[in-house]
Amino acid sequence: MTIRNVLRDHGQRYRPRMACLKKVEKVVLEMQDPTTGVKLQPQRLVITTIPHAITGEDIVQICLFYSEARSFGSMLVALGYIYPIQDHKRLVVKPDASLYRFQTPYFWPTQQWPVEDTDYAIYLAKRNIRKKGILELHEQEQYNHLHKWMNHKWDFIVMQAKEQYRAAKERKKPDRVVFDCQERAYWVVHRPPVRTHTCMFPSLQKTFTFPSVWSMVTCFSLHCRLVKYCATYKGHDPFLSKCLPSNPWLTDDVTYWALNMPNVEIPTKMRVERWTFSFGELLSDPRGRDDFRLFLKKEFSGENLAFWEGCEDLKWGTAATMKEKAEQIYKTFLARGAPRWINIDGKTMEITVKGLKHPHRYVLDAAQTHIYMLMKKDSYGRYLKSPVFKETTKKAVCPEEHKFSDSQLEQNARNRRPSLSPIIIRQQEQEQKAKMAASAPVDITQVMSKLSQQGKEAPPRRTSVKND
Amino acid sequence: MCDQTFVAATFGPCDSCSKPSPLMNIYIKNEATNYCSLCVEMMACQGLQKGETLESLKRESETLKKKLEEERNKLNDVECNVSVILCWPILIVWDAFTLNKEHGVPLPCTWVLACAYAPSGCAIACGGLDNKCSVIPLSLDKNENLAAKKKSVAMHTNYVSGCSFTNSDMQLLTSSGDGTCALWDVESGQLLQSFHGHTADVLSLDLAPSETGNTFVSGGCDMKANVWDMRSGQNIQSFESHESDINCVKYYPSGDAFASASDDATCRFYDLRADREVAVYQKDSIIFGASTCDFSLSGRLLFAGYNDYAINVWDVLKGTRATILFGHENRVSRVRVSPDGTALCSASWDSTLRVWA
Repeated sequence: MTIRNVLRDHGQRYRPRMACLKKVEKVVLEMQDPTTGVKLQPQRLVITTIPHAITGEDIVQICLFYSEARSFGSMLVALGYIYPIQDHKRLVVKPDASLYRFQTPYFWPTQQWPVEDTDYAIYLAKRNIRKKGILELHEQEQYNHLHKWMNHKWDFIVMQAKEQYRAAKERKKPDRVVFDCQERAYWVVHRPPVRTHTCMFPSLQKTFTFPSVWSMVTCFSLHCRLVKYCATYKGHDPFLSKCLPSNPWLTDDVTYWALNMPNVEIPTKMRVERWTFSFGELLSDPRGRDDFRLFLKKEFSGENLAFWEGCEDLKWGTAATMKEKAEQIYKTFLARGAPRWINIDGKTMEITVKGLKHPHRYVLDAAQTHIYMLMKKDSYGRYLKSPVFKETTKKAVCPEEHKFSDSQLEQNARNRRPSLSPIIIRQQEQEQKAKMAASAPVDITQVMSKLSQQGKEAPPRRTSVKND
Repeated sequence: MCDQTFVAATFGPCDSCSKPSPLMNIYIKNEATNYCSLCVEMMACQGLQKGETLESLKRESETLKKKLEEERNKLNDVECNVSVILCWPILIVWDAFTLNKEHGVPLPCTWVLACAYAPSGCAIACGGLDNKCSVIPLSLDKNENLAAKKKSVAMHTNYVSGCSFTNSDMQLLTSSGDGTCALWDVESGQLLQSFHGHTADVLSLDLAPSETGNTFVSGGCDMKANVWDMRSGQNIQSFESHESDINCVKYYPSGDAFASASDDATCRFYDLRADREVAVYQKDSIIFGASTCDFSLSGRLLFAGYNDYAINVWDVLKGTRATILFGHENRVSRVRVSPDGTALCSASWDSTLRVWA
């Protein structure tokens, strides 16, 4: 079963420029003013008369108040606020007697209705029902494409199309004509045939409005960013620099791997250097995280890292235990009087608490980001200058490069041994975690309450001793 | 005066789930009702059970025919340092250093197209033409029948082309020939999120490096590479500049760019912040499609495997080819750099895995 999110941001494709559109809307509303707006006239079809049509000439006249009248008028048509009745496929204003109408607000682009493929499929199916063979070539192609990719909903689409067709037949003829025009105009704007210019696709818009200077600047800054990253990590890339003491794949000697085990006591100098590149590097290396944890313990802000780890566990953990985990984290870190209370601002706390009423795996995201940023901007900087880090750097080893002779290399090849299985490593890690949980930091509030309780109990005991 | 209004956008409680939200007018059994778009979607998809199986069977048989024509006997895929080979009908976990086979899992007669190693190293996921992706927990006991512990996690309506664990062993991300990607909870097999937007088969996916958040990129036969937000299921960015199917997408180590390899014999480099293609790696002498790509640890080198049996190594910054690696006797299907960056492993249709350092 597919579940789609209700409010969709369609990324590059369907993002009308809201601010600009709101301004256009204001103009359109002014144009519709009965006294000062555009002159209306009825349109005569064979027998029926349809009111509220406007001529192209009049549109241009009104737009003369704004410069570039004709192109402005064409823009209004291209965006979908006004649609041509006669030549409905060309979205321009012709300053003659050709007729246009104002589009109903339901179909305005600012309505923020996502332009759903489902609606388009229903529209095409409806037209197909009305008269077979009426679809244009590009519409036919789209119809076939949608039929293939929305097959799972096709019954629903056909049913809706039939119902809408039936409902439309119950309307009066002029109303029907008007609604058909409105709908057709809406879809000409939002689903133009391929290779026609449209206002709705910002990607096309970019090529028109981007000055070349801006794009050169972005390219330059982008290149600098990549060059910087590559230069920073060049020394650490075994394909580009020497691997100390030696690349195990080349010499069959596993010292390199032994020195860089995830939870080794003494890290190598290269590894410690990597921790200084970014906070993310420090956290993603288990040895680095341990060092950081030690530093935070000395600063009495260990709860930040513990909270962050708890949130990661919640996000990536199994769905079954998610609710309990979220509640546990709340009790331990967020609730008033919690044993390891973390310091987040009022607004984030409010959002988090509200979200926890219906917990889902991303409910603590806001708080987690806040704490992550706090650690990154504050604790990380101090960690790099701290005695803990300096100590680690001093103790870090820098192994000598191996220089094996041919016979030694042969010997190494014969002595290849398998490494520890990941299953055993995981068992060891779990034992380690259990040990750490047992010696968890002391909970200040509980200690205080214990002391106060002891104070209350003490006197009776002393009197009993005295009596004895 | 503007046109008459026949339809209006309303906001209010949905007729089926009673939650206040923007409403859509739809017809159910000749009556007009107002549903929120989520209920509309659910109703639309549940309607069709009978017709759907017929259609999906037809589609499945078409793709199977295509696959059988193209695919050869043995298909390979690669994980780093300890390698996983997919070979009908066995899945082998190698210790690439000692050349020992650590685990072997006989599989029922299906074609396996994708595999992944769990972050802890204690389980593997594999999927393919059986439309499923299964997770197999590994054990120390060599005699244990691992195939019996196999557990189906992902269910798609077409073949599974790629799979990857997220930051833990508990969640699995898959991409499929039915044009969707999906995020699954391994323990319960529940679908956590699905990602719609491709208009053709999705051939590969890659997760962003952990510091940069919850996104992943997917590439498909519609020549588009899409970047998705895992939380909401939205398509955040889309890049369409290839001229043929995208076979493989891979994030740059910093997480704010990615590369793609395609049947049009080029690899392209896209930057996410600038939102555009930044480089094209191509040469007149390269006419065969690229099936796979991966970055070295610093991101300076891009290793790409091609159907002309060679691996071209591109200098990412200069845009030129640094070197070629020859050795395989048939198409290179997958290349991966080990997590510590010390070696490159390549898998090929000549049924060998080669490690380069």
